Amino acid sequence: MSILKIDNVTMKFGGVTAVNNLNIEIQEGRIEALIGPNGAGKTTAFNVITGVYMPTQGSVYYKGEKITGLTPDKITKKGIARTFQNIRLFKNLTVFENILIANHLRLNSNFLSGTLRLPWYSKEERQMREKSEMLLDKLDLLRLKNEIAHSLPYGEQRKLEIARALATDADLLLLDEPAAGMNPSETMELSEFIHTIRDEFKLTIFMIEHHMDLVMEISEKIYVLDFGQLIAQGTADEVKNDQRVIEAYLGVEEDA
Amino acid sequence: MMNKINNKKTSLYLNILLIVIFAAVITLLDTNVIGDAYVRRILNLSAIYAIVSVSMNLVNGFTGLFSLGQAGFMAIGAYSVAIFTVPLAERAKIFYITPQNPVLAQIELPFVAALLLGGFLAALVAIMIGVPVLRLKSDYLAIATLGFSEIIRIVFTNIKSITNGALGIKNIPTMPTMWVFFGIAIISIGFMRLLITSSYGRAFKAIREDEVAAEAMGINLFKHKVMSFSIGAFFAGIGGGLLATLFATVDPNQFYFPVTYNFLLIIVLGGMGSISGTIIASFVVTAGLEILRFFDEPLTLFGISIPLFRPGLRMVIFSILLMLLVLFFRNGLLGQKELSWKLIIDLLSGKLPRKKTGEGGGVQ
Amino acid sequence: MTGQLFLQQLANGISLGSLYALLAIGYTMVYGILRLINFAHGDIFMMAAYFMIFSIITFKLPWFVAIIIVITATVALGVLVEKTAYKPLRNAPRMSIMISAIGASFLLENLATYLFTGVPRGFPDIKVLTTTVKIGGLSLTIATLITPFVTLILLYAVLFITNKTKIGMAMRAVSKDFETAKLMGININKVISSTFIIGSSLAAIGAILWGSRYPSIMPLTGVMPGLKCFIAAVLGGIGNTAGAVLGGFILGMAEIMLITFLPAFTGYRDAMAFVILIVVLLVKPTGLLGEKVTDKV
Repeated sequence: MSILKIDNVTMKFGGVTAVNNLNIEIQEGRIEALIGPNGAGKTTAFNVITGVYMPTQGSVYYKGEKITGLTPDKITKKGIARTFQNIRLFKNLTVFENILIANHLRLNSNFLSGTLRLPWYSKEERQMREKSEMLLDKLDLLRLKNEIAHSLPYGEQRKLEIARALATDADLLLLDEPAAGMNPSETMELSEFIHTIRDEFKLTIFMIEHHMDLVMEISEKIYVLDFGQLIAQGTADEVKNDQRVIEAYLGVEEDA
Repeated sequence: MMNKINNKKTSLYLNILLIVIFAAVITLLDTNVIGDAYVRRILNLSAIYAIVSVSMNLVNGFTGLFSLGQAGFMAIGAYSVAIFTVPLAERAKIFYITPQNPVLAQIELPFVAALLLGGFLAALVAIMIGVPVLRLKSDYLAIATLGFSEIIRIVFTNIKSITNGALGIKNIPTMPTMWVFFGIAIISIGFMRLLITSSYGRAFKAIREDEVAAEAMGINLFKHKVMSFSIGAFFAGIGGGLLATLFATVDPNQFYFPVTYNFLLIIVLGGMGSISGTIIASFVVTAGLEILRFFDEPLTLFGISIPLFRPGLRMVIFSILLMLLVLFFRNGLLGQKELSWKLIIDLLSGKLPRKKTGEGGGVQ
Repeated sequence: MTGQLFLQQLANGISLGSLYALLAIGYTMVYGILRLINFAHGDIFMMAAYFMIFSIITFKLPWFVAIIIVITATVALGVLVEKTAYKPLRNAPRMSIMISAIGASFLLENLATYLFTGVPRGFPDIKVLTTTVKIGGLSLTIATLITPFVTLILLYAVLFITNKTKIGMAMRAVSKDFETAKLMGININKVISSTFIIGSSLAAIGAILWGSRYPSIMPLTGVMPGLKCFIAAVLGGIGNTAGAVLGGFILGMAEIMLITFLPAFTGYRDAMAFVILIVVLLVKPTGLLGEKVTDKV
């Protein structure tokens, strides 16, 4: 079953068409990837899915329900969470606070019961804390619980950002270049990490990535975007040998 | 581990000691054993400034919205107390040029009711400003709130049958004890602290840190901004109401927009994002402004006339201080930290953290 | 109301609107480049009016010399404010720069109060500007008459600078993307200084025309026009020079029309600009001529 369906989406900025007639269907429980040279419109596609941009044309469906036009927070509530190309943590807050904040969207108590620490809020707060500690423990971040987010090493910051997205109870995780700036051994570790969380949290993962080794190794299906157009899709081997893909990458070799 | 428990115990004892000393000092002041009316007045004013400054810090320091409307919200609270608590018998004497609105002229409320009403009205007005403005970039909030502050003053000067116009309202019943000011300050600041440390407060901080990420984490930006902004306005209104009863009189010019800059100075000095810093700064600045008063009054110097000392110098010094603070001492006293016994002990024993850290401060 | 009176008020509205436009250009340019509300701009305008008072009344200079001195002094003040209050905070959080701007504004107001007292000062009567002329039954001062033309000429000059000159191109580059422009080797400091020079000189000219219209100057003279002109800039589309002028015209007209048609609400003339702001933000948040800006994610 497809969990996410991008139906004929076009996104124009003034005269520039960043994404043109994009059609993608992500299958539940899989790891799929969106690749393409710089400026191909990958992040724009993510921003359309998550509600940051309203597409000029077309719609996005999540679990069969149309989500185009919803604000990013509403879309996250439905179960799509994301990370950002240039890590966007709550820098001056602790690791634990970062995770707790991602739990806020599931809070039922209003601000008054929260402020006055009424019993039902306290219960929710306690559950949030337990759940967050468990999540941190699972991802081997618990030892960093009280560290300030921006003081973490780069790789841990990436990991924390993924953890934060998981804390929203997402079913679909969108990762925007999770391996950016990582060395080969860190990338290997990340690959394992992505597999683990997929299995552990029963996720569907849709990622943008430049590291071809990573993409080829873990993606069950790959989509290739060039100048806003989908030029190829299929398994790693299929895509690797596609003439148009080779051209697209050779043409902009210095960027890729 | 042993050490940790000891620290906790020490902190508890020190806290109890502090509360006892605080209560004792207020009681001594209150019963006229120490201090005089002037000291009591400055302390009461400081307590009010602490409420308003923390409310401003909630919006500016914790939620990252640049709001400059505190004076306007205070005016609403102050007028609510003024209009509804002056005894009915004295109304005609006060509204001697334009008679008071016949409906209002028959309503007298107990102080607490009028105070809360003022808070709620201020929050309501904040929602009215916030709903159109907070959907957009928060830059416009600065101008909209500064403008609102001015409009409120213009409106209150013009609706004479309600506010008595530029003449203002006198004979507002005063409070017999400092506990009214300090009690309400403790409750208000306590409330705001609990809010900030709740899940909602964390959401506010997330918005301050990174709006895009906060929204991606499912936080409804608009709802939380309006919430923070209107709760901030509520407590500014409460502060205004207390000011009315402290001075026993209100007039529109008490709430001229530069009044807000006092609170801005306080939160910058105390630390944007620090409640304890704000409280300390409230007392320092309020007392400081009183001390600086002598710069304005060459006559009080027993005939020695120094040409530099004349009306206006105090505010020049005030604005230079604000600029110096933000230019060279941007984090203020505490930055985003809160005062704790651990922090004080560390400070005293010279174990100062070398680098700026956030709450908790365990960074290597 | 007679048609005559209406025309008279129309001329007044256009003239007041042009004055607002002159100040609004300064706001919109600085915001375009630094994303900063230059709170001190209205106070620089106020100081320019005082400079004029001193040049003519205290130093008895002829008006044309005084104008040059006033423009020079105002430009110096504008650049000084930028160098001391804004430049050191260029990499600081936005809120700090805004507070510094408030501080600079407040300092200028308080300095003026301290140095010149809060008592209103009379603006010099410059005959070339205050002489009344009669055109088809309307009696207008020369200042009222020439203000719209001065504004349009200056608008043209500003557009010429920003569109046709090298420094103008740099200004546009910086306003589009500060970081990239910096990496491309554009001298940011020069661009910012130029912006403040243009903004401050327009404020100085505005102050001279303003004084001829409302010849009573106080330390807080700049506050209301300053707030209104920022609103004019938002109304026209912040960052857009022509938009700022359009916004200024609309605000000036609306204000005069309120006084003309609803004299009972004259007390609320200053409040109206903010009502307009709220309406604009509700209906078209990017302003009349503004482009939609999307933040990069």
